[in-house]
Amino acid sequence: MNSPADIHPAQLDVAADFPILARKVHGRRLAYLDNGATTQKPLAVIEAERRFYLESNANIHRGVHWLSQHATELYDDARITVQRFINAASADEIVFTRGTTEAINLVAQSWGRAELRAGDQILITAMEHHSNIVPWQLLCEQTGAMLKVAPVSDAGELDLDAFDALLGSDTQLVAITHVSNALGSINPVAELTARAHAAGALVLVDGAQAVAHQAVDVQAIGCDFYAFSGHKLYGPTGIGVLYARKPILQAMPPWQGGGDMIRTVSFERSTWADAPQRFEAGTPNIAGAIGLAAAIDYVQGIGLARIAAHEHALLDYATATIGTLPGIRLVGTARDKAGILSFLVDGIHPHDLGTILDAEGVAIRAGHHCAMPLMNRFGIPGTARASLAMYNTQADVDALAAAIGKAQKLFGT
Amino acid sequence: MNDSAPDLRELYQEVIFDHNRQPRNFHAMADADHQADGHNPLCGDQLTVYLRIEDGLVKDVSFVGHGCAISTASASLMTEAVKGKPVAEVEALFHDFHALLTDVPPDRDFGKLAVLSGVREFPARVKCATLAWHTLHNAIVGAQEPARTE
Repeated sequence: MNSPADIHPAQLDVAADFPILARKVHGRRLAYLDNGATTQKPLAVIEAERRFYLESNANIHRGVHWLSQHATELYDDARITVQRFINAASADEIVFTRGTTEAINLVAQSWGRAELRAGDQILITAMEHHSNIVPWQLLCEQTGAMLKVAPVSDAGELDLDAFDALLGSDTQLVAITHVSNALGSINPVAELTARAHAAGALVLVDGAQAVAHQAVDVQAIGCDFYAFSGHKLYGPTGIGVLYARKPILQAMPPWQGGGDMIRTVSFERSTWADAPQRFEAGTPNIAGAIGLAAAIDYVQGIGLARIAAHEHALLDYATATIGTLPGIRLVGTARDKAGILSFLVDGIHPHDLGTILDAEGVAIRAGHHCAMPLMNRFGIPGTARASLAMYNTQADVDALAAAIGKAQKLFGT
Repeated sequence: MNDSAPDLRELYQEVIFDHNRQPRNFHAMADADHQADGHNPLCGDQLTVYLRIEDGLVKDVSFVGHGCAISTASASLMTEAVKGKPVAEVEALFHDFHALLTDVPPDRDFGKLAVLSGVREFPARVKCATLAWHTLHNAIVGAQEPARTE
Protein backbone atom coordinates (compact mmCIF):
# COMPACT_ATOMS: atom_id res chain seq x y z
CA MET A 1 0.00 0.00 0.00
CA ASN A 2 1.62 3.21 -1.16
CA SER A 3 -0.68 5.81 0.21
CA PRO A 4 -3.14 6.15 3.06
CA ALA A 5 -6.42 4.56 2.02
CA ASP A 6 -8.63 7.40 3.12
CA ILE A 7 -6.77 10.21 1.40
CA HIS A 8 -6.84 10.46 -2.36
CA PRO A 9 -3.36 10.02 -3.89
CA ALA A 10 -3.90 13.23 -5.86
CA GLN A 11 -3.87 15.07 -2.55
CA LEU A 12 -1.22 13.10 -0.73
CA ASP A 13 1.47 11.40 -2.77
CA VAL A 14 3.61 10.10 0.05
CA ALA A 15 6.53 9.05 -2.14
CA ALA A 16 6.71 12.41 -3.93
CA ASP A 17 5.85 14.64 -0.97
CA PHE A 18 7.95 12.97 1.75
CA PRO A 19 11.17 11.69 0.14
CA ILE A 20 12.69 10.85 3.54
CA LEU A 21 10.10 8.12 4.03
CA ALA A 22 11.58 6.22 1.09
CA ARG A 23 15.00 5.94 2.74
CA LYS A 24 16.16 2.75 4.34
CA VAL A 25 17.22 2.49 7.97
CA HIS A 26 19.50 -0.41 8.88
CA GLY A 27 18.76 -1.75 5.41
CA ARG A 28 15.04 -1.93 6.17
CA ARG A 29 12.01 -0.02 4.98
CA LEU A 30 11.49 2.86 7.40
CA ALA A 31 8.26 2.73 9.41
CA TYR A 32 8.29 6.19 10.97
CA LEU A 33 5.97 6.07 13.96
CA ASP A 34 7.52 8.83 16.06
CA ASN A 35 5.38 11.69 14.79
CA GLY A 36 4.50 12.80 18.29
CA ALA A 37 8.16 13.75 18.66
CA THR A 38 8.34 15.44 15.27
CA THR A 39 6.72 14.94 11.88
CA GLN A 40 8.56 14.66 8.59
CA LYS A 41 8.47 17.69 6.33
CA PRO A 42 6.79 17.70 2.92
CA LEU A 43 8.79 18.93 -0.05
CA ALA A 44 6.56 22.03 -0.14
CA VAL A 45 7.93 23.11 3.25
CA ILE A 46 11.55 22.33 2.39
CA GLU A 47 11.16 24.26 -0.86
CA ALA A 48 9.50 27.24 0.83
CA GLU A 49 12.46 27.66 3.20
CA ARG A 50 14.93 27.14 0.38
CA ARG A 51 13.12 29.62 -1.84
CA PHE A 52 13.10 32.22 0.92
CA TYR A 53 16.87 32.07 1.29
CA LEU A 54 17.41 31.89 -2.46
CA GLU A 55 15.13 34.73 -3.45
CA SER A 56 13.76 36.75 -0.55
CA ASN A 57 16.17 36.80 2.37
CA ALA A 58 16.49 40.10 4.26
CA ASN A 59 15.72 41.27 7.75
CA ILE A 60 12.18 42.38 8.45
CA HIS A 61 10.56 45.53 9.82
CA ARG A 62 13.71 47.56 9.25
CA GLY A 63 14.86 48.18 5.75
CA VAL A 64 13.62 50.77 3.37
CA HIS A 65 15.00 48.56 0.66
CA TRP A 66 12.79 46.38 -1.48
CA LEU A 67 14.08 43.01 -0.29
CA SER A 68 13.43 43.86 3.34
CA GLN A 69 9.90 44.95 2.54
CA HIS A 70 9.38 41.77 0.56
CA ALA A 71 10.61 39.59 3.44
CA THR A 72 8.40 41.56 5.85
CA GLU A 73 5.38 40.89 3.63
CA LEU A 74 6.11 37.17 3.56
CA TYR A 75 6.51 37.09 7.35
CA ASP A 76 3.29 39.06 7.89
CA ASP A 77 1.47 36.82 5.42
CA ALA A 78 2.65 33.80 7.44
CA ARG A 79 1.02 35.32 10.51
CA ILE A 80 -2.24 35.69 8.62
CA THR A 81 -2.00 32.08 7.46
CA VAL A 82 -1.66 30.99 11.09
CA GLN A 83 -4.51 33.26 12.15
CA ARG A 84 -6.87 31.69 9.60
CA PHE A 85 -5.64 28.18 10.39
CA ILE A 86 -6.80 28.37 14.01
CA ASN A 87 -9.58 30.91 13.30
CA ALA A 88 -8.18 33.66 15.50
CA ALA A 89 -10.14 36.92 15.29
CA SER A 90 -7.06 38.93 14.32
CA ALA A 91 -3.51 38.38 13.13
CA ASP A 92 -2.48 40.61 16.05
CA GLU A 93 -3.35 37.69 18.32
CA ILE A 94 -0.59 35.52 16.80
CA VAL A 95 2.90 35.66 18.35
CA PHE A 96 5.66 33.68 16.70
CA THR A 97 7.80 31.78 19.19
CA ARG A 98 10.42 29.04 19.01
CA GLY A 99 7.78 26.47 19.79
CA THR A 100 5.13 25.39 22.27
CA THR A 101 7.57 25.46 25.16
CA GLU A 102 8.56 29.06 24.55
CA ALA A 103 4.94 30.06 24.04
CA ILE A 104 3.97 28.66 27.45
CA ASN A 105 7.00 30.25 29.11
CA LEU A 106 6.04 33.55 27.53
CA VAL A 107 2.59 33.41 29.14
CA ALA A 108 4.07 32.37 32.49
CA GLN A 109 6.72 35.07 32.56
CA SER A 110 4.71 37.92 31.04
CA TRP A 111 1.06 37.43 32.00
CA GLY A 112 1.82 35.28 35.04
CA ARG A 113 4.39 37.48 36.73
CA ALA A 114 2.25 40.56 36.20
CA GLU A 115 -1.03 39.05 37.33
CA LEU A 116 -0.38 36.37 39.95
CA ARG A 117 -0.01 36.92 43.69
CA ALA A 118 0.71 34.67 46.64
CA GLY A 119 -2.27 32.43 47.25
CA ASP A 120 -3.41 32.40 43.62
CA GLN A 121 -3.74 28.99 42.01
CA ILE A 122 -2.86 27.48 38.65
CA LEU A 123 -4.75 24.34 37.75
CA ILE A 124 -3.16 21.79 35.40
CA THR A 125 -3.83 18.09 34.81
CA ALA A 126 -1.84 14.97 35.61
CA MET A 127 -1.34 14.30 31.88
CA GLU A 128 0.65 17.42 31.10
CA HIS A 129 3.95 17.42 29.25
CA HIS A 130 6.83 18.82 31.29
CA SER A 131 6.58 22.01 29.23
CA ASN A 132 3.12 22.63 30.68
CA ILE A 133 4.29 21.87 34.24
CA VAL A 134 7.73 23.35 34.77
CA PRO A 135 7.02 26.94 33.55
CA TRP A 136 4.20 27.09 36.12
CA GLN A 137 6.44 25.72 38.85
CA LEU A 138 8.96 28.47 38.08
CA LEU A 139 6.16 31.03 38.14
CA CYS A 140 4.88 29.69 41.47
CA GLU A 141 8.36 30.08 42.95
CA GLN A 142 8.48 33.66 41.72
CA THR A 143 5.00 34.72 42.82
CA GLY A 144 3.99 32.45 45.69
CA ALA A 145 1.13 31.04 43.61
CA MET A 146 0.23 27.37 44.01
CA LEU A 147 0.05 24.61 41.44
CA LYS A 148 -2.96 22.28 41.58
CA VAL A 149 -3.20 19.08 39.59
CA ALA A 150 -6.43 17.46 38.39
CA PRO A 151 -6.04 13.65 38.33
CA VAL A 152 -6.62 11.25 35.44
CA SER A 153 -8.42 7.90 35.46
CA ASP A 154 -6.86 4.50 34.80
CA ALA A 155 -7.98 4.89 31.19
CA GLY A 156 -6.06 8.15 30.95
CA GLU A 157 -9.08 10.46 30.94
CA LEU A 158 -9.26 13.67 32.93
CA ASP A 159 -11.36 13.29 36.08
CA LEU A 160 -13.93 16.03 35.43
CA ASP A 161 -15.44 15.93 38.91
CA ALA A 162 -12.02 16.35 40.49
CA PHE A 163 -11.29 19.13 37.99
CA ASP A 164 -14.46 20.95 39.06
CA ALA A 165 -13.63 20.44 42.72
CA LEU A 166 -10.16 21.95 42.27
CA LEU A 167 -11.47 24.90 40.27
CA GLY A 168 -12.15 27.71 42.71
CA SER A 169 -12.17 31.45 43.17
CA ASP A 170 -8.40 31.39 43.72
CA THR A 171 -7.82 29.71 40.35
CA GLN A 172 -6.37 32.35 38.05
CA LEU A 173 -5.33 30.06 35.21
CA VAL A 174 -6.21 26.62 33.90
CA ALA A 175 -3.42 25.17 31.73
CA ILE A 176 -4.43 21.97 29.95
CA THR A 177 -3.22 19.90 27.08
CA HIS A 178 -5.56 19.50 24.12
CA VAL A 179 -4.20 16.01 23.33
CA SER A 180 -1.97 14.03 25.71
CA ASN A 181 1.40 13.40 24.10
CA ALA A 182 1.93 10.20 26.09
CA LEU A 183 -1.55 8.67 25.93
CA GLY A 184 -3.37 10.33 23.03
CA SER A 185 -6.34 11.28 25.23
CA ILE A 186 -8.29 14.25 23.83
CA ASN A 187 -9.48 16.67 26.49
CA PRO A 188 -12.85 18.42 26.08
CA VAL A 189 -11.13 21.81 25.97
CA ALA A 190 -14.21 23.86 25.03
CA GLU A 191 -16.16 22.40 27.93
CA LEU A 192 -13.23 22.86 30.32
CA THR A 193 -12.78 26.44 29.14
CA ALA A 194 -16.44 27.20 29.83
CA ARG A 195 -16.12 25.80 33.35
CA ALA A 196 -12.89 27.72 33.98
CA HIS A 197 -14.34 30.98 32.70
CA ALA A 198 -17.40 30.49 34.89
CA ALA A 199 -15.00 30.28 37.83
CA GLY A 200 -13.21 33.44 36.70
CA ALA A 201 -10.00 31.77 35.47
CA LEU A 202 -8.21 32.21 32.17
CA VAL A 203 -7.38 29.15 30.07
CA LEU A 204 -4.23 28.11 28.24
CA VAL A 205 -4.43 25.12 25.91
CA ASP A 206 -1.27 23.24 24.92
CA GLY A 207 -2.07 22.28 21.35
CA ALA A 208 1.28 20.73 20.42
CA GLN A 209 -0.24 17.29 19.80
CA ALA A 210 -3.56 18.55 18.44
CA VAL A 211 -3.06 20.92 15.52
CA ALA A 212 -1.75 18.32 13.06
CA HIS A 213 -4.55 15.89 13.78
CA GLN A 214 -7.81 17.84 13.97
CA ALA A 215 -9.15 21.23 12.97
CA VAL A 216 -8.65 23.74 15.78
CA ASP A 217 -10.86 26.80 16.17
CA VAL A 218 -9.67 28.91 19.07
CA GLN A 219 -12.83 31.01 19.07
CA ALA A 220 -15.00 27.91 19.26
CA ILE A 221 -12.86 26.60 22.13
CA GLY A 222 -13.05 30.00 23.75
CA CYS A 223 -9.62 29.70 25.34
CA ASP A 224 -7.47 32.72 26.16
CA PHE A 225 -4.15 31.20 25.09
CA TYR A 226 -3.36 28.42 22.63
CA ALA A 227 0.20 27.21 22.02
CA PHE A 228 1.63 24.93 19.34
CA SER A 229 4.83 24.02 17.50
CA GLY A 230 5.54 24.07 13.79
CA HIS A 231 7.62 20.93 13.70
CA LYS A 232 4.83 18.64 14.89
CA LEU A 233 2.67 20.14 12.13
CA TYR A 234 4.92 19.12 9.21
CA GLY A 235 6.73 22.45 9.52
CA PRO A 236 10.29 23.39 10.48
CA THR A 237 11.79 23.17 13.95
CA GLY A 238 12.41 26.38 15.87
CA ILE A 239 9.09 28.02 15.03
CA GLY A 240 5.89 27.92 17.02
CA VAL A 241 2.87 29.97 17.87
CA LEU A 242 1.24 31.59 20.84
CA TYR A 243 -2.33 32.65 20.25
CA ALA A 244 -3.66 35.04 22.87
CA ARG A 245 -6.93 36.96 22.92
CA LYS A 246 -6.25 40.55 21.97
CA PRO A 247 -7.32 42.42 25.14
CA ILE A 248 -5.20 40.07 27.23
CA LEU A 249 -2.17 40.18 24.93
CA GLN A 250 -2.29 43.98 24.64
CA ALA A 251 -2.22 44.28 28.44
CA MET A 252 0.73 41.91 28.88
CA PRO A 253 4.20 43.36 29.62
CA PRO A 254 7.22 42.38 27.51
CA TRP A 255 9.14 39.30 28.63
CA GLN A 256 12.27 39.75 26.53
CA GLY A 257 13.75 43.09 25.61
CA GLY A 258 15.58 44.01 22.46
CA GLY A 259 15.14 45.23 18.95
CA ASP A 260 11.79 45.09 17.16
CA MET A 261 9.74 45.03 20.38
CA ILE A 262 10.08 48.72 21.27
CA ARG A 263 8.40 51.94 20.22
CA THR A 264 11.01 54.31 21.62
CA VAL A 265 14.19 53.79 23.59
CA SER A 266 16.03 56.28 25.73
CA PHE A 267 18.36 55.74 28.66
CA GLU A 268 15.67 57.10 30.96
CA ARG A 269 12.75 55.06 29.69
CA SER A 270 11.67 52.88 26.81
CA THR A 271 8.19 52.25 25.49
CA TRP A 272 6.88 49.09 23.95
CA ALA A 273 5.52 48.21 20.58
CA ASP A 274 1.97 46.88 20.35
CA ALA A 275 1.37 43.15 20.41
CA PRO A 276 2.38 40.93 18.77
CA GLN A 277 5.68 42.74 18.02
CA ARG A 278 6.12 43.44 21.73
CA PHE A 279 6.70 39.73 22.23
CA GLU A 280 9.06 39.16 19.31
CA ALA A 281 12.30 40.77 20.43
CA GLY A 282 15.22 40.36 18.07
CA THR A 283 15.27 39.00 14.55
CA PRO A 284 12.72 36.20 14.50
CA ASN A 285 12.87 32.88 12.68
CA ILE A 286 11.68 34.42 9.42
CA ALA A 287 12.31 31.38 7.23
CA GLY A 288 10.71 29.21 9.89
CA ALA A 289 7.52 31.26 9.91
CA ILE A 290 7.37 31.05 6.12
CA GLY A 291 8.02 27.31 6.28
CA LEU A 292 5.25 26.94 8.85
CA ALA A 293 2.85 28.80 6.59
CA ALA A 294 3.79 26.40 3.78
CA ALA A 295 3.10 23.46 6.11
CA ILE A 296 -0.30 24.89 6.99
CA ASP A 297 -1.10 25.39 3.30
CA TYR A 298 -0.06 21.78 2.67
CA VAL A 299 -2.16 20.39 5.52
CA GLN A 300 -5.17 22.46 4.50
CA GLY A 301 -4.76 21.35 0.90
CA ILE A 302 -5.35 17.80 2.11
CA GLY A 303 -7.86 18.80 4.73
CA LEU A 304 -7.74 18.16 8.45
CA ALA A 305 -11.05 16.29 8.33
CA ARG A 306 -9.52 13.78 5.91
CA ILE A 307 -6.31 13.55 7.93
CA ALA A 308 -8.28 13.01 11.15
CA ALA A 309 -10.45 10.32 9.53
CA HIS A 310 -7.40 8.52 8.17
CA GLU A 311 -5.53 8.66 11.47
CA HIS A 312 -8.58 7.51 13.44
CA ALA A 313 -9.05 4.54 11.16
CA LEU A 314 -5.35 3.71 11.41
CA LEU A 315 -5.38 4.10 15.20
CA ASP A 316 -8.34 1.70 15.36
CA TYR A 317 -6.38 -0.74 13.19
CA ALA A 318 -3.26 -0.33 15.37
CA THR A 319 -5.24 -0.72 18.58
CA ALA A 320 -6.81 -3.92 17.24
CA THR A 321 -3.54 -5.25 15.79
CA ILE A 322 -1.08 -4.37 18.56
CA GLY A 323 -3.58 -4.47 21.42
CA THR A 324 -4.41 -8.12 20.76
CA LEU A 325 -0.83 -9.37 20.53
CA PRO A 326 0.09 -11.62 23.46
CA GLY A 327 1.76 -9.88 26.40
CA ILE A 328 0.72 -6.36 25.39
CA ARG A 329 -0.72 -3.81 27.76
CA LEU A 330 -2.10 -0.61 26.26
CA VAL A 331 -1.52 2.48 28.39
CA GLY A 332 -4.16 5.13 27.71
CA THR A 333 -7.49 3.80 26.56
CA ALA A 334 -9.55 6.97 26.61
CA ARG A 335 -12.74 6.91 24.54
CA ASP A 336 -11.65 10.02 22.71
CA LYS A 337 -8.11 9.54 21.40
CA ALA A 338 -5.91 10.94 18.66
CA GLY A 339 -3.10 9.22 16.84
CA ILE A 340 -1.12 7.77 19.74
CA LEU A 341 -0.68 4.17 20.88
CA SER A 342 1.28 3.82 24.11
CA PHE A 343 1.99 0.29 25.28
CA LEU A 344 4.10 -2.09 27.33
CA VAL A 345 5.32 -5.52 26.36
CA ASP A 346 5.52 -8.09 29.18
CA GLY A 347 9.10 -8.83 30.18
CA ILE A 348 10.66 -6.31 27.78
CA HIS A 349 11.70 -2.88 28.97
CA PRO A 350 10.60 -0.08 26.61
CA HIS A 351 14.22 0.81 25.86
CA ASP A 352 15.13 -2.74 24.90
CA LEU A 353 12.02 -2.80 22.73
CA GLY A 354 12.98 0.51 21.11
CA THR A 355 16.42 -0.82 20.18
CA ILE A 356 15.02 -4.04 18.70
CA LEU A 357 12.29 -2.22 16.76
CA ASP A 358 14.89 0.22 15.41
CA ALA A 359 16.92 -2.69 14.03
CA GLU A 360 13.77 -3.61 12.09
CA GLY A 361 13.43 -0.08 10.70
CA VAL A 362 10.55 0.78 13.04
CA ALA A 363 11.02 4.19 14.68
CA ILE A 364 9.06 4.67 17.88
CA ARG A 365 9.66 6.59 21.11
CA ALA A 366 10.52 4.71 24.27
CA GLY A 367 10.56 6.36 27.69
CA HIS A 368 8.58 8.74 29.81
CA HIS A 369 7.64 11.10 26.94
CA CYS A 370 8.46 14.16 29.06
CA ALA A 371 5.54 13.24 31.29
CA MET A 372 7.25 11.78 34.36
CA PRO A 373 4.37 12.56 36.75
CA LEU A 374 1.98 10.74 34.41
CA MET A 375 4.26 7.68 34.27
CA ASN A 376 4.40 7.74 38.09
CA ARG A 377 0.59 7.89 38.11
CA PHE A 378 0.57 4.60 36.19
CA GLY A 379 3.44 3.18 38.25
CA ILE A 380 5.66 2.62 35.21
CA PRO A 381 9.05 4.04 34.20
CA GLY A 382 7.85 4.66 30.66
CA THR A 383 6.12 3.18 27.66
CA ALA A 384 6.74 2.42 24.02
CA ARG A 385 4.81 4.93 21.95
CA ALA A 386 3.78 4.70 18.32
CA SER A 387 2.41 8.04 17.10
CA LEU A 388 0.71 8.41 13.74
CA ALA A 389 0.71 10.98 10.97
CA MET A 390 -1.19 11.43 7.72
CA TYR A 391 1.40 9.45 5.74
CA ASN A 392 1.37 6.33 7.90
CA THR A 393 -0.27 3.22 6.54
CA GLN A 394 -1.34 -0.21 7.69
CA ALA A 395 2.03 -1.42 6.42
CA ASP A 396 3.73 0.67 9.13
CA VAL A 397 1.50 -0.84 11.81
CA ASP A 398 2.11 -4.31 10.42
CA ALA A 399 5.88 -3.68 10.55
CA LEU A 400 5.49 -2.62 14.19
CA ALA A 401 3.52 -5.76 15.02
CA ALA A 402 6.07 -8.00 13.30
CA ALA A 403 8.96 -6.27 15.06
CA ILE A 404 7.27 -6.68 18.46
CA GLY A 405 6.95 -10.39 17.65
CA LYS A 406 10.69 -10.53 16.90
CA ALA A 407 11.49 -8.82 20.19
CA GLN A 408 9.34 -11.30 22.08
CA LYS A 409 11.05 -14.17 20.29
CA LEU A 410 14.49 -12.77 21.09
CA PHE A 411 13.57 -12.25 24.74
CA GLY A 412 11.84 -15.61 24.92
CA THR A 413 8.68 -14.06 26.34
CA MET B 1 26.78 7.14 11.39
CA ASN B 2 26.83 3.52 10.37
CA ASP B 3 23.44 2.62 8.93
CA SER B 4 23.93 -1.11 8.31
CA ALA B 5 21.72 -3.57 10.14
CA PRO B 6 22.93 -3.94 13.73
CA ASP B 7 23.37 -7.47 14.99
CA LEU B 8 20.99 -7.72 17.91
CA ARG B 9 22.49 -11.04 18.93
CA GLU B 10 25.75 -9.21 19.59
CA LEU B 11 23.91 -6.91 21.98
CA TYR B 12 21.48 -9.35 23.51
CA GLN B 13 23.63 -12.39 24.22
CA GLU B 14 22.21 -15.31 26.14
CA VAL B 15 24.24 -14.38 29.23
CA ILE B 16 22.53 -10.99 29.27
CA PHE B 17 19.06 -12.53 29.13
CA ASP B 18 20.06 -14.89 31.93
CA HIS B 19 21.29 -12.09 34.19
CA ASN B 20 18.26 -9.93 33.32
CA ARG B 21 15.83 -12.69 34.23
CA GLN B 22 17.74 -13.77 37.32
CA PRO B 23 20.01 -10.98 38.50
CA ARG B 24 22.78 -12.13 40.86
CA ASN B 25 23.38 -10.45 44.23
CA PHE B 26 20.03 -8.75 43.79
CA HIS B 27 19.10 -7.67 47.30
CA ALA B 28 19.61 -4.87 49.78
CA MET B 29 22.48 -5.29 52.25
CA ALA B 30 21.75 -4.54 55.90
CA ASP B 31 25.41 -4.38 56.97
CA ALA B 32 26.72 -2.45 53.99
CA ASP B 33 29.35 0.17 54.84
CA HIS B 34 29.21 1.86 51.44
CA GLN B 35 26.21 2.48 49.22
CA ALA B 36 25.15 4.82 46.45
CA ASP B 37 22.17 5.47 44.20
CA GLY B 38 22.25 5.65 40.43
CA HIS B 39 19.49 7.13 38.32
CA ASN B 40 19.11 7.84 34.64
CA PRO B 41 16.01 10.03 34.74
CA LEU B 42 15.49 10.03 30.98
CA CYS B 43 15.15 6.26 30.75
CA GLY B 44 13.97 5.68 34.30
CA ASP B 45 16.73 3.24 35.18
CA GLN B 46 17.30 3.32 38.91
CA LEU B 47 19.49 1.27 41.21
CA THR B 48 21.23 1.21 44.56
CA VAL B 49 24.62 -0.49 44.95
CA TYR B 50 25.69 -1.82 48.36
CA LEU B 51 29.26 -2.66 49.38
CA ARG B 52 31.06 -4.07 52.36
CA ILE B 53 34.73 -3.21 52.18
CA GLU B 54 37.23 -4.83 54.55
CA ASP B 55 41.01 -4.41 54.46
CA GLY B 56 40.79 -2.81 51.04
CA LEU B 57 38.82 -5.74 49.61
CA VAL B 58 35.23 -5.81 48.32
CA LYS B 59 33.99 -8.46 50.74
CA ASP B 60 30.41 -8.24 49.57
CA VAL B 61 28.43 -6.36 46.92
CA SER B 62 24.78 -6.29 45.95
CA PHE B 63 22.22 -4.13 44.20
CA VAL B 64 18.51 -3.44 43.92
CA GLY B 65 16.62 -1.44 41.33
CA HIS B 66 14.95 -1.63 37.97
CA GLY B 67 15.87 -0.89 34.41
CA CYS B 68 16.24 -2.33 30.96
CA ALA B 69 17.85 -5.70 30.26
CA ILE B 70 21.22 -4.12 29.52
CA SER B 71 21.38 -2.13 32.74
CA THR B 72 20.08 -4.96 34.93
CA ALA B 73 22.42 -7.55 33.39
CA SER B 74 25.36 -5.15 33.58
CA ALA B 75 24.74 -4.53 37.28
CA SER B 76 24.42 -8.24 37.95
CA LEU B 77 27.58 -9.11 36.02
CA MET B 78 29.41 -6.28 37.76
CA THR B 79 28.66 -7.65 41.22
CA GLU B 80 30.07 -11.04 40.20
CA ALA B 81 33.14 -9.44 38.67
CA VAL B 82 34.12 -7.27 41.64
CA LYS B 83 33.31 -9.48 44.62
CA GLY B 84 36.48 -10.37 46.53
CA LYS B 85 38.67 -7.98 44.52
CA PRO B 86 40.87 -5.22 45.94
CA VAL B 87 39.19 -1.82 45.67
CA ALA B 88 42.03 -0.43 43.54
CA GLU B 89 41.56 -3.29 41.08
CA VAL B 90 37.82 -2.65 40.96
CA GLU B 91 38.41 0.99 40.10
CA ALA B 92 40.85 -0.03 37.37
CA LEU B 93 38.30 -2.49 36.01
CA PHE B 94 35.66 0.28 35.93
CA HIS B 95 38.07 2.41 33.92
CA ASP B 96 38.82 -0.42 31.48
CA PHE B 97 35.18 -1.49 31.17
CA HIS B 98 34.20 2.07 30.32
CA ALA B 99 36.91 2.12 27.65
CA LEU B 100 35.67 -1.24 26.33
CA LEU B 101 32.30 0.38 25.53
CA THR B 102 33.33 3.86 24.49
CA ASP B 103 36.98 4.01 23.54
CA VAL B 104 39.88 1.85 22.41
CA PRO B 105 39.20 -1.55 24.00
CA PRO B 106 41.99 -2.24 26.52
CA ASP B 107 44.00 -5.38 26.03
CA ARG B 108 42.88 -7.39 29.02
CA ASP B 109 40.69 -10.33 29.91
CA PHE B 110 37.24 -9.07 30.84
CA GLY B 111 35.89 -12.49 31.69
CA LYS B 112 32.10 -12.62 31.54
CA LEU B 113 31.92 -8.83 31.25
CA ALA B 114 33.01 -9.25 27.63
CA VAL B 115 29.42 -10.17 26.71
CA LEU B 116 28.61 -6.47 27.13
CA SER B 117 31.14 -5.41 24.50
CA GLY B 118 28.35 -5.53 21.88
CA VAL B 119 26.93 -2.38 23.48
CA ARG B 120 29.73 -0.50 21.65
CA GLU B 121 27.67 -0.74 18.46
CA PHE B 122 24.63 0.83 20.14
CA PRO B 123 25.78 4.27 21.37
CA ALA B 124 22.32 5.09 22.74
CA ARG B 125 22.62 2.15 25.15
CA VAL B 126 26.13 2.75 26.58
CA LYS B 127 24.58 4.74 29.42
CA CYS B 128 22.48 1.69 30.35
CA ALA B 129 25.54 -0.56 30.65
CA THR B 130 27.67 1.92 32.59
CA LEU B 131 25.16 3.21 35.16
CA ALA B 132 25.85 0.42 37.67
CA TRP B 133 29.60 0.99 37.39
CA HIS B 134 29.35 4.73 37.96
CA THR B 135 27.14 3.99 40.94
CA LEU B 136 29.66 1.48 42.28
CA HIS B 137 32.40 4.07 41.90
CA ASN B 138 30.30 6.61 43.80
CA ALA B 139 29.71 4.09 46.56
CA ILE B 140 33.44 3.51 46.86
CA VAL B 141 34.39 7.19 46.98
CA GLY B 142 31.40 8.13 49.12
CA ALA B 143 29.77 10.54 46.68
CA GLN B 144 26.54 12.07 47.93
CA GLU B 145 24.90 12.86 44.61
CA PRO B 146 23.24 9.97 42.73
CA ALA B 147 25.30 8.69 39.77
CA ARG B 148 24.04 9.46 36.27
CA THR B 149 25.27 8.41 32.86
CA GLU B 150 23.00 10.50 30.67
